[in-house]
Amino acid sequence: MATVKKALLWRLVGLASPRAVSTSSVGTFPKRVKIVEVGPRDGLQNEKNIIPTPMKIKLIDMLSEAGLPVIEATSFVSPKWVPQVAAGAKEVAVFGAASELFSKKNINCSIDESVQRFDEILKAARAASIPVRGYVSCVLGCPYEGKIAPAKVAEVAKKMYSVGCYEISLGDTIGVGTPGTMKDMLSAVMHEVPVAALAVHCHDTYGQALANTLMALQMGVSVVDSSVAGLGGCPYAHGASGNLATEDLVYMLAGLGVHTVMPPASWWQQPRTDQSSA
Amino acid sequence: MATVKKALLWRLVGLASPRAVSTSSVGTFPKRVKIVEVGPRDGLQNEKNIIPTPMKIKLIDMLSEAGLPVIEATSFVSPKWVPQVAAGAKEVAVFGAASELFSKKNINCSIDESVQRFDEILKAARAASIPVRGYVSCVLGCPYEGKIAPAKVAEVAKKMYSVGCYEISLGDTIGVGTPGTMKDMLSAVMHEVPVAALAVHCHDTYGQALANTLMALQMGVSVVDSSVAGLGGCPYAHGASGNLATEDLVYMLAGLGVHTGVNLQKLLEAGAFICQALNRRTSSKVAQATCKL
Repeated sequence: MATVKKALLWRLVGLASPRAVSTSSVGTFPKRVKIVEVGPRDGLQNEKNIIPTPMKIKLIDMLSEAGLPVIEATSFVSPKWVPQVAAGAKEVAVFGAASELFSKKNINCSIDESVQRFDEILKAARAASIPVRGYVSCVLGCPYEGKIAPAKVAEVAKKMYSVGCYEISLGDTIGVGTPGTMKDMLSAVMHEVPVAALAVHCHDTYGQALANTLMALQMGVSVVDSSVAGLGGCPYAHGASGNLATEDLVYMLAGLGVHTVMPPASWWQQPRTDQSSA
Repeated sequence: MATVKKALLWRLVGLASPRAVSTSSVGTFPKRVKIVEVGPRDGLQNEKNIIPTPMKIKLIDMLSEAGLPVIEATSFVSPKWVPQVAAGAKEVAVFGAASELFSKKNINCSIDESVQRFDEILKAARAASIPVRGYVSCVLGCPYEGKIAPAKVAEVAKKMYSVGCYEISLGDTIGVGTPGTMKDMLSAVMHEVPVAALAVHCHDTYGQALANTLMALQMGVSVVDSSVAGLGGCPYAHGASGNLATEDLVYMLAGLGVHTGVNLQKLLEAGAFICQALNRRTSSKVAQATCKL
């Protein structure tokens, strides 16, 4: 219940502070940025070598000690949402796409069908007081469809937000975006979803990740996904690099005077369902 | 004479268009950007392996065919400026620094002494109708002094511009800068030197080069130095990466709809060529993504 209230609080905060998007100043940045560390999930699932689970746990522990506020631990690719898993999970994520072709190839259904499925998951998650994060893939380009219209991204983001995702992570899945397309896409999405509920998830396939992230920060986005050591690759570009590297992101944010370390415990208190020591 | 007149024209154009710096919009970029390719000079001089001159010439030819408007060919480290060289050179560059310690360690004299020497070079260059580009090192940080005050960078840039350099390339020599410090430094410099006469020269030592360059573009800078394949390293950070990779810069500018005149495909070929010659992997992410190997 507390979590649901908090998610609601996030939403109200977002609505209360509309931004004049088109005249954003180059020197304006959020004071705090929440980094969502996706190395153990997005990073490792795209690496050639598989590491044993104890090593993965150690990585997660080290990332936690580094002060990262949110660490994505793992993923489940079964289309059926398994209730037992929820008992151990503090949060779950659902993956949509801004491209119909990508949706069909990646999760075997159309965008609308996926949103219907998310709706069912969200209902169950609400009953279990588990916040759900929504991902939109291919927001700046698709390996199958090519260019993606900002309006389409806004439409999908809005749908996922309206079924109850507390945060929407906008992913440049194949890293083809550049700061201009990032700006255009965010302008469209920010008309439908409050900026406080948005995150960007940039891939560094073409070296644009940090520059794109900078643009997003200038637009008011304050949640950024990244991967320790820039883990991961790209299944669509053999040999290409992976996610934005968390170290490089932290370096930039520190230089900008943006606060990134773990927020106070009250910020993410969850109802206890297990005996984990975290 | 024609070159000197053109340099003068550049200056007047710069003065005619002042910018409201503090309220620059995130979506404003120059329509055209001149890329100064420093791979054959800055890049190669920081590489472990030395390549034979015919290969260097081939690299320069390939870069030229890729459409790069300016290619830095080589450097002369002798403090005496040799007149014979001028006969073959279309342009020369002089290197100052925003840090006294760096100036002493790098070129063996104080900043003021170096400016006096540049003044002599500039006089001779003017007589020979050769434009001179000025470089200021350590604009966002110094390996010896640490933080560098924007006002100091502005002071040095102003001096070099006033002795006649047609363009001032502001170098984040050790790559420690971030977009905020880039903005603050440029704000200070732009009070003393017209933005049309400014260039940025970012090193990617800490992965900040493209983001810093983006900020510079948003501030109105329209000349960017970069190095094919991100050649070069950093003598102060063993194993670190080098200059901003030209391929990655071109990719971003193309995406922004900014005209550069560069053919990315041919540029990639030049990068593949030099990496093979140097027996090293490319530092360009674009090249890595499009590599067929």
